[in-house]
Amino acid sequence: MTPLAAFLIVAALVFAIGLAISLTRRNAILVLIGIELMLNAANLNLIAFWRFGPHPEALTGMMFAIFSIAVAAAEAAVGLGLVIAYHRHKKTTDLDAMTRMKG
Amino acid sequence: MIFGLSIVFVLTSILTVAGALAAALLKNLVHCALSLTVTFAGLALLYLQLDAQFAGFSQILVYIGAVAILVVFAILLTRGAGVPEYRNFSSSWLAGLAIAAGVFALLAWAVIKSLPASAASSAAPQVSVQQIGLALMSNYVLPLEIVAVLLTVALIGAVIVAMPESQKSKTESAQGGGK
Repeated sequence: MTPLAAFLIVAALVFAIGLAISLTRRNAILVLIGIELMLNAANLNLIAFWRFGPHPEALTGMMFAIFSIAVAAAEAAVGLGLVIAYHRHKKTTDLDAMTRMKG
Repeated sequence: MIFGLSIVFVLTSILTVAGALAAALLKNLVHCALSLTVTFAGLALLYLQLDAQFAGFSQILVYIGAVAILVVFAILLTRGAGVPEYRNFSSSWLAGLAIAAGVFALLAWAVIKSLPASAASSAAPQVSVQQIGLALMSNYVLPLEIVAVLLTVALIGAVIVAMPESQKSKTESAQGGGK
């Protein structure tokens, strides 16, 4: 197995675990954790392709990963703020109990 | 060397995946957040092995330093610590697990099928922080500004969303009175 394939397999594994967390857990905070894991797996893919690509001196994949880290931090702040706001109204973080958010 | 992979890589990837699995399976939410921190640290180590030192250290700063702490604070503020009063997994957990397993099988099949058996390993790229700074200020200056605006808007929005209602209406009436 080449190093690139190994890194991509690890990233796919982390992505699948993140997807499983956000699809199966009932707590809203854990769903956000799953989304963070999926974003991290995408970052690992970007950096692995940058490292083993033909032009690593162009810094493209690295820049993608750095911007994606910044966007993920903003997403975490807004998501957790929403969870705290919902908890203040309804005293729950259970997604199955959030029937008011069905629209 | 295990299957042509270095032992350091195998150990860090096992650490990363084990942390993610623990976050998926543990009952106590605080334990989930702490195993998430282990996963973030393992990913930072993987970045360091890929000669992306800047991304690795910013991963440690942003994720372990900020996002994990934010998650722990959110868990404590919503009284999620300890064993929860409702079941951990949703009623459709089997379907979710099947979808995740299918996605992993598809990704792994694509990776193994499409990559050449022996990729030419290129020399380690020498990337200094100065180069990254120059690139951010020349080629990537527009995305940098957009990310700056996005972070400002997101932080203000998060504070407004999480603000208590009475305080929000108070500030609104204060603004109305000012006009």
